[in-house]
Parts: sequence; C-alpha cells; structure tokens
Amino acid sequence: MLTLTSPVDTPLHRVRAEIKLAALCSFTVLLFALHSPVALVLAATVPVALIATGGAVFARHGLRMLRPLWPFLLVLAIWHAWTDDLAQGLAIGLRLVTAVAAANLVTMTTRLSDMLAVIEALLAPLARFGLPPRRAALAFALVIRFIPVLADRLTQIAEAFTARSRRRPRWRVLVPATLAALDDADHVAEALRARGGAG
Amino acid sequence: MERSLTHIALFAALVAVLGLVPPIMLGSGVPVTAQSLGIMLCGTVLGARKGALAVLVFLALVAVGLPILSGGRGGLGVFAGPSVGFLVGFPVAAFVAGLVVERWSAPVGLAAGVGAALGGVFVLYAFGIPGMAVMLDKTLAEAALLITAYLPGDAIKVVLAALVTRGIAQMRPGALLSRP
Repeated sequence: MLTLTSPVDTPLHRVRAEIKLAALCSFTVLLFALHSPVALVLAATVPVALIATGGAVFARHGLRMLRPLWPFLLVLAIWHAWTDDLAQGLAIGLRLVTAVAAANLVTMTTRLSDMLAVIEALLAPLARFGLPPRRAALAFALVIRFIPVLADRLTQIAEAFTARSRRRPRWRVLVPATLAALDDADHVAEALRARGGAG
Repeated sequence: MERSLTHIALFAALVAVLGLVPPIMLGSGVPVTAQSLGIMLCGTVLGARKGALAVLVFLALVAVGLPILSGGRGGLGVFAGPSVGFLVGFPVAAFVAGLVVERWSAPVGLAAGVGAALGGVFVLYAFGIPGMAVMLDKTLAEAALLITAYLPGDAIKVVLAALVTRGIAQMRPGALLSRP
C-alpha cells in the first residue's frame, strides 16, 4: 500500500523523526498563540519555504495533501463574507493551512518505519501495565497486512451479490464484511498460537 | 490473548477498508462515508475495551502516514485540521457504544442502536464540535451549526450499526464479543 512519504529526497528526510516531531509540536503551539495577520503570514512562510526547497514534484505532492481542506476554507470564506470581516476569516484560514501544511511536511519527509519506531518508543512505558511494545508492533503489522486482504474480500462480496441480484449491494455487504473480519481474526489467532504465541 | 490482539487488528483494518468505500452523496451534497460506521461497529461488536483499542490502533496508523482516513487522507496533517475533535472522539465513541451493548441487557439490535447513537453521535459530537470551534475560531454554537450537515448521514449509520450488529448476533451468536 502507498504511504504518504514523498519519494523525492529532501534534506528534511535525513533529520531524525523525534526532532521533526518536537519541532512540529512547538511550531503548532506557537501558531495558535499568534493572532496578528502579519505574524501569521511570517509563520506561513516557514512550511512554504521548506516545501519549496524540495522541488516541483515535492511541492505538488504538498499541495495535493492540502486538498481536503477546501470545503472548510469555502465555509470560512462564505461565513466571513456574510459577517463582513474577511480579514479575520483570512487569518483563520491561513493559520489552518499553515498548521496542516507543517504537519504534512513531517509526514512527507519521514519513513513509515521511523514513525512506527517513535510510536513504539512512546508506548514502551506501558510495558509495566502488561502491554509489551512488541505486541503493539505486531498489531500494526497485522493491520497493514490485512487492509488489502479485507479490501479484496469486500470487492468479492459485492461482486457475488451483483451476480445474484439486479439491485446494488450498498449496505448489504456490511454483515458479511464484518463476519469476514471476525473469521480472519480467529484464523490468525490460531496461526499465531501455533507459532509460539504473540509474546 | 492472541484472539484479542487479532480482533483488535482486524477491526482496525475493517475501519480503514470502510473508509475506502466510495461515499454516498446526500441531497445536501455532504458526503457520507462508512468509516464512522466502522467506529460504531468496533464498539458494538468487539465491546468497549477492545473496540476502543482497535480504533486507537487505526488512529496510530493514520498518524504515522497511511492514507486510510476516508477520502484518502492521513498523516499528521489531519490532526492539525478542523476534524481533529472527531478523531480524538473516535476511540471514546467506540468505548461508549461498546459499554452500552455490554451493560444493557436489552435485545441486541436495540442496545446496539442506542449504543451507536450515544457513542457515535452524542459523544463524538461532544468532541468534534469543540475541535472545530477551536480550529475555525468559531463559538461552540456556530460550530454546532456547521456540523448539523452531518446529522442525517449519522442517523443512517446508527440504524445500519444496529442492523449489522443484530445480523451478526443472529447468524453467529458466539461471534459477538460484546455479549459474551
């Protein structure tokens, strides 16, 4: 499955994930403390400049990842045109786009395995409460493996339904899909036990 | 032990896959995805604790950069966007939905419907509305107004969650982990 990490190599790819995450946290906290439009424009130049240094392909990827925001920006634009304070609406929209762009930048420049390593390190203290980090790592690996398997199963169920009926499957796939997930879980549990358990 | 782990993992995968199902457009033009239905099912089928853990695993994988949130979204950016409140509320929603099915001895379909409505709508909005209010700099009432667009879709999902949970209980009574 595709991840959101960019294949274009940038200097940021070589920075450690922990450092990027800490920088992102401080940047986002700072961003939400800012209110003046000038300060927000200055803050926005940080992710924009960093994304621009990655070249055209990288920048296009960055823009594409901002696309889900447009309905919210549209609502903001209509709302603030209505209440007649477009300047404030612009500031809110700018802050939103900057925060999301900065977070996306970290995602685009950090490999999935490095991010997972950070999560496992964060979970390590839970070992004392009976949750070894190994088990969480196994759960993540299982989910990544089974997303394409379940997606295929969902397609098969829908195709089997259309072969039997002229109606569209829609919600009728839900019960068999959920049962498939329950069955697979039982089979995988057996397989794990047969190989010495989940640790 | 292995069974708990694999159930949590497989339901996290189910939530991801339900996000890939193309959304249905309601009359209002608001897309309705099956993903939050998956969140409700985590609770009503797996029960409170395992359901919430499945949703947490799903969210961790969204955060590390898999594009498995509905509409192909993912990465840390979604936690800085207007929907962050809903994401934070997802595990709590699954927990509450599961708790109702576990503790209330009403018929499964009814308990699942009430659980899905309490968790997947009431609790979820209690997180989603403040999140949107902060991110878009609106008052709570204004944010609540923006969110009403999602209500019809969520009402449909509550009914579906109840029907699916009852369907599983009828076809495979032992499989419903929220009702041991």
